[in-house]
Amino acid sequence: MAIRNAIWLLAALTVAGCAATATRDPGPAVFEQVLDNGLRVIVQPDHRAPVVVSQIWYQVGASDEPAGLTGISHVLEHMMFKGTPRFPEGAFSRIIAENGGEENAFTGSDYTAYFQRLEKSRLPIALELEADRMRNLVLRKDQFAKEVQVVMEERRLRTEDQPESLVYESLMAAAFQKHPYHHPIVGWMQDLQGLRVEDLRGWYQQHYAPDNATLVIVGDVQPSEVFALSRRYFGPLQGSRHVRPAPPAEPPQQAVRRLRVKAPAEVPYLLLGFHVPVPASLGAAEPWEPYALQLLSALLDGGEAARLARNLVRGAGVAASAGAEYDFSARYPSMFFLDANPANSHDLAEVEAALLAEISRLQAEPVGETELARVKAQVIASDVFQRDSMFYQGMRLGTYQTVGLGWRAAAGYVDRLRAVTAAQVQAVARRYLVENNMSVAWLDPQPIEPGRRMRRGTGHGHH
Amino acid sequence: MDITDTAILRRLLAGALLLLVATAAQATPKIQHWQLDNGARIYFVESHHLPMVQALAVFHAGSSRDQPATAGVAALTSALLVEGTADLDANAVADRFESLGAQYSADSYRDMARFSLRSLSDPEYLDPAVDLAGRLLKAPSFPEAGFQRERARALTGLAHSRQNPANVAARRFFEALYPGHPYALPPEGSEAGLAAASLADVRAFHQRYYVGRNVILALVGDLDPARARRIAQQLVGDLPAGEKPAPPPSPPEAVAKEVRIPFPSAQSHLLMGQHAIARGDPDYFPLYVGNYSLGGGGQQSRLFQEIREKNGLAYSTYSYFVPMERPGPFTIGLQTRNDQLDKALALTREQVRAFVADGPSAEELEAARKNLTGGFALRTDSSRRIAEQIAVMGFYNLPLDYLDRFIDRINAVTLEQVRDAWRRRVRPEDMTTVIVGGGG
Repeated sequence: MAIRNAIWLLAALTVAGCAATATRDPGPAVFEQVLDNGLRVIVQPDHRAPVVVSQIWYQVGASDEPAGLTGISHVLEHMMFKGTPRFPEGAFSRIIAENGGEENAFTGSDYTAYFQRLEKSRLPIALELEADRMRNLVLRKDQFAKEVQVVMEERRLRTEDQPESLVYESLMAAAFQKHPYHHPIVGWMQDLQGLRVEDLRGWYQQHYAPDNATLVIVGDVQPSEVFALSRRYFGPLQGSRHVRPAPPAEPPQQAVRRLRVKAPAEVPYLLLGFHVPVPASLGAAEPWEPYALQLLSALLDGGEAARLARNLVRGAGVAASAGAEYDFSARYPSMFFLDANPANSHDLAEVEAALLAEISRLQAEPVGETELARVKAQVIASDVFQRDSMFYQGMRLGTYQTVGLGWRAAAGYVDRLRAVTAAQVQAVARRYLVENNMSVAWLDPQPIEPGRRMRRGTGHGHH
Repeated sequence: MDITDTAILRRLLAGALLLLVATAAQATPKIQHWQLDNGARIYFVESHHLPMVQALAVFHAGSSRDQPATAGVAALTSALLVEGTADLDANAVADRFESLGAQYSADSYRDMARFSLRSLSDPEYLDPAVDLAGRLLKAPSFPEAGFQRERARALTGLAHSRQNPANVAARRFFEALYPGHPYALPPEGSEAGLAAASLADVRAFHQRYYVGRNVILALVGDLDPARARRIAQQLVGDLPAGEKPAPPPSPPEAVAKEVRIPFPSAQSHLLMGQHAIARGDPDYFPLYVGNYSLGGGGQQSRLFQEIREKNGLAYSTYSYFVPMERPGPFTIGLQTRNDQLDKALALTREQVRAFVADGPSAEELEAARKNLTGGFALRTDSSRRIAEQIAVMGFYNLPLDYLDRFIDRINAVTLEQVRDAWRRRVRPEDMTTVIVGGGG
């Protein structure tokens, strides 16, 4: 259950890919313009309701953070609501609220994004406010001191008091030893305690600039109008020409890594993670591999007919819940996860053996045609269902662009998945889902009683 | 700016969907409404924007229909619908739906149990999916093996909840607010209730509550009205008419209580409140509009400003009403590091006391109106949102023009009405407080 907890942002994107049919239309038209200062503007008109979604994506996240400053991207995301000379503290959110808007922000490993949902005529308001805080944020020490306490509360809420989140954090820290995916998005508590407002000022200056950002607009708008508004509000801003240093690559894993996390809990839990390539990374030996991994994830966990529900939950009854997740939309080589809670009267060793048996079967036997057809049908249908959400469509364009895939690649997603063969699924299972590439974390439940408070560990963020 | 944790959101779904409702003059979806011979009430919105259909069948069959001794039968009945028909087992049901690209789910809350089907609108996919869904609702096979498995999974789910202080607090809060009342029963069932439940209980529950007079069907999507009528008939038209059950009893008088549960967590979770209003209550709009300023308006609310912005005490703090079939709760909540609890609790109590005594300022009321009306169009910008809105409207018997009139009703609320309603209906001195945490 925790995978989804821990990386739910990405989950929304990747599993998204899954559902059914042959009558596929070519998908919505998307328009792009790059301003002179480097800001990329992407517009997808959607006229079903008088609503617009505006998202601004900065290419900065936890994977850019040096050791000692973990969590700084997410803390800065919180501080972005603290005001500028023109729109002082509280003004941004008050103006959006008075216009009936919803707004929020989120930080991931590879991006930080801010969004508003508004009645369509209010789009200029959102753009004016976002342009203003892109370069003019005031970072006050007293505000920072309070807000970092809020972030620590967020870490307690989402990680320290959530045993399965602790397992996820521990697994990532073990699986990645050099690459910054080692660190939690929300940051380690010790780093949050040491963070200074000067650090945030530097981070803001480097990364918040038009040449490091993508504006995504989906809704009842005309592209030409959006481009004109973008030039008007963002055009005068200067780029930062910041060159990001590449993070250290993760060396190949040579042996299985096992850990046991003790925390107050009642239900045991386990999480397996395997290093895998992603489309945005150079690590993919073959361009089809990430798509085969995506299909593999759907074969295991793409619905009630998928193998984990069918074989582990219903068939053998060894698991109360079981899942698979592939972090397809990461910027750097990421993880393929399996997780499970054992059913009553079964233990973690049995569940782990059952998960590994599913992997062995995928390695040994090619997937049958009927099963493959079912999974592809789900992929195609859910591509239509996802377009029911304007917000999701913006998420997809923004993520693709920000992790380095380019937004145009999103349009080819379904076709690439449809092209995957049974032999390719088998090949990625054999290549990546192997013991030396595996990290395993078990949650070892400790009694939930007063006086038994354990050392705790972390998560990630949402303003 | 606060996304409360998913457990809270899940609970909100119990009845809060309409809190999110709104409408705007030209943006209001055009609802077609009719009734089938068996009493089933259909709410249909035609939308050809995407080649898909969203169907949501909602029954008065949540945990408020459970017997205390077998609490969990409602949840089990819902979960077991998809275990099979006379000729298909659970695997075959899943294969059939998912080969068609259809997505299906069943869930249950306090008042309602819902079955959702999402499909492409092409008849090649939609028709067989609807046929199967109709057979599952009418004549599920309820196999013994599925019953045993789902009951065991439900018990594991309860154990999972017990390791989360937010979930522990929510369960204790309803128990404290509704002693002896069905709303005290957890929507997921209780440990003892699930252990005592039998397959015969599930069959009887289905027979009684999954009937025509007790169902609302919301249908949104790429269908013309004639086809919508056929599909509605196929989904819920063959259910026996049955009887609509009487509403649950009125909740007992509120008595202030303080419940403290020690828990080895870094934070203490605070829930405070009382039972307040039922659907259709004439005080709903003044209470709802007023709550924007106290704790419903995110960053704009007094609680957010006081607890988070001024004092940095919590990531999330909020207040909301959940109007239900019977008076649902008014809830105020936050979570904070254990050693800050007393301070946060005192600040929260002071904010609530002052708000009930004086009401919002004229500026606050205006800000609330602007937000609730200006954002109206957002509430119905997808098929999923429209289906959820109209399902709740049907379920609680709200008038068909509810969405059309929403903006006018918000704008009509006066400062005096808000003050008056809050003074009469919200009683800080009678509120129950639940605190889970303290570390160890």
